[in-house]
Amino acid sequence: MTESDGQGSGRIGGVVIEPPRGLAAIDLAELWRSRELIGFLALRDVRVRYKQAALGVSWAVLQPLLTMVVFSVLFGFLMGADGRPGVEGVPYAVSTYCALVPWQLFATALSFSGNSIVQNQNLVTKVYFPRLVLPIAPIVAALVDFAAAFAVLLLMMLAYGIAPGPEIALLPLLILLTLATALAVSLWLSAANALYRDVRYALPFLTQLWFFVTPCVYTTDSVLGNAPPWAHWLYAANPMVGVVEGFRWALIGGPAPAPGALLASSVAVVLLLVGGAIYFRRMERVFADWV
Amino acid sequence: MKPPIIHVAGLSKRFTLGETRSGNLRESLAVATSALLGRGRRSARTPKQIWALRDVSFDVAEGEVLGIIGANGAGKSTLLRILSRITTPTGGRAEIHGRVASLLEVGTGFHPELTGRENVALNGAILGMGRREIAQRFDEIVEFAGVETFLDTPVKRYSSGMRMRLAFAVAAHLEPEVLIVDEVLAVGDVAFQQRCLGKMSEVAHSGRTVLFVSHNMAAVEGLCDRALLLDRGHVAATGDVGDVIAEYLTRAAIAPVVDGPIATSADGTLEVAALELLDRDDLPLGAVQTGRPFSLRLDLTSAAPLRRVGIQLAVNDALGARVAVLSSTVAGSEADLPMGSHRVQCVGRDPPLVPGAYSLELKILAGSECLLFERRAAPLLVEGGDFFGTGRLPPEGWGGRCLLHQAWSIESAKSDAESIV
Repeated sequence: MTESDGQGSGRIGGVVIEPPRGLAAIDLAELWRSRELIGFLALRDVRVRYKQAALGVSWAVLQPLLTMVVFSVLFGFLMGADGRPGVEGVPYAVSTYCALVPWQLFATALSFSGNSIVQNQNLVTKVYFPRLVLPIAPIVAALVDFAAAFAVLLLMMLAYGIAPGPEIALLPLLILLTLATALAVSLWLSAANALYRDVRYALPFLTQLWFFVTPCVYTTDSVLGNAPPWAHWLYAANPMVGVVEGFRWALIGGPAPAPGALLASSVAVVLLLVGGAIYFRRMERVFADWV
Repeated sequence: MKPPIIHVAGLSKRFTLGETRSGNLRESLAVATSALLGRGRRSARTPKQIWALRDVSFDVAEGEVLGIIGANGAGKSTLLRILSRITTPTGGRAEIHGRVASLLEVGTGFHPELTGRENVALNGAILGMGRREIAQRFDEIVEFAGVETFLDTPVKRYSSGMRMRLAFAVAAHLEPEVLIVDEVLAVGDVAFQQRCLGKMSEVAHSGRTVLFVSHNMAAVEGLCDRALLLDRGHVAATGDVGDVIAEYLTRAAIAPVVDGPIATSADGTLEVAALELLDRDDLPLGAVQTGRPFSLRLDLTSAAPLRRVGIQLAVNDALGARVAVLSSTVAGSEADLPMGSHRVQCVGRDPPLVPGAYSLELKILAGSECLLFERRAAPLLVEGGDFFGTGRLPPEGWGGRCLLHQAWSIESAKSDAESIV
């Protein structure tokens, strides 16, 4: 927010308050002016999350690390150390951790963002600001955890002597796609959550299911190796498939994702995002009355 | 004349009741229903619509300090929430020409785990201050709150007074063109309230436009030039602050008591058919007389047996402040009620009430569960009586809330010095 405009109500002309009608466009200018508020809320989320937690931010690393260890051991027993479904020529541990890092970013962002309206109902009922700030801030905050987990991934690659190729330049785009996916889903869920608390209980379950249909602890090839092309397309509608395989490709030399698949993922995310924004804008009118 | 900075035309807000999805609202609507619809006979399950605001229009000139008063449930908070853009109106229109900051609660967004320093930044951002603005005023804010030594301590370790001071300090240093303030002064101790009022009048006199809601009539009278009286969602009066307050007090004194049930519990199982004031011989009484016994009689009908029923009748003064509570629980008369109708009688002996207009608040509980609550169940008029047996009472202008029996004695020492004990 700038000094010329504190609450998003323009100095010139002021605000007109009327009953809402029809669809409301997102006021991107207002959202941009609220970027400092997003920053402050994200900072609050980061600080609060690990206050009085003895292990602090190590939790951000421990979660993917332990998941990786569990599946390494489990699949080791089931399929033998060499039969584990990882990227060829790369230790299974690295192949899996490399996928779990972006997955964890997505899951953390989704769980905090999906509950954001309910979590901040004291703000929603007491003060005006663009409501979109609320689901966005926890997604920004999730990047801090991601940075910690990512640093460990780099160390791991160093230890195993894996050097990324030039594809690493595309990593920011993949991260952006992860954040966009989390935001798209959260717009729907956080708004619905304000009205129906069921969402709060469904969210962890949804995340868990999503985890299993995303090739984190296995690779796409290991399950779809001989499947017809349409199965690949269908699978790519899950945007996290493109992200996870993209990470492996960009960092540890996994197979390149089909450009068509990434495109399909992106289209799916954009559709979800636009729909979510429309739904969110519709529902935000009644947040203060219903939440 | 300059165009008004706030222009409100035909503003209305309708709430649909019935299909509630959140527990919080269910409670508030039970209160709202009885307050606004008066005595709804239908079960609360059928969706009902109530107008929290109906066709409200007014203008506020730049630099004006407008007080908004009215009984609970009159729509004051709804009006502020619409003008603050927290909720949307159902009809009508409002225009505000300038930067708005609203303070509907002290300490919105304070997080107990964060330090004082972090909370000032966060709270400032939430209330609409930019990063630079916060940095500029940081020292001033901390000084006003008087918490320098605890800046890096988590707010959860603050005393509630300190937390309140810090929160108010942030809000007080907002510099909007229009400031909207709800009953924020109702919290905190007297010293804190004085401090807030001082700051408020500073803001008011610095040429900013202020909308101020309070039940503290003295504060409204002191701060505002003009006032607006809301009654059940309508504008009942507007004009000079003294006149509007007088109008409010008159209305408060003659709250209507009509035939038919005066209150019904939210689930419809309990109905209060009548609440009467009687004298010692059970004859109807128009007013309680100070010092003379009186009796309050309630006729109840319960559609189901109820256990451990406690009845509370609170006496509130014209400004809504609690003066006394009559409680069957406290008096040791909690009882189980079978299904059917019941007549409850409470005799008050020797009431030490200062003459004036009061109202009775009715609350019926079963165990610790509140079955029924009626903020203004009936008016209660108190007239002067011979409380002290001297034929005298303190004159009206002396103030005070109650009368105390008293015994005075004076001993004079024999020597030259006089002393009065």
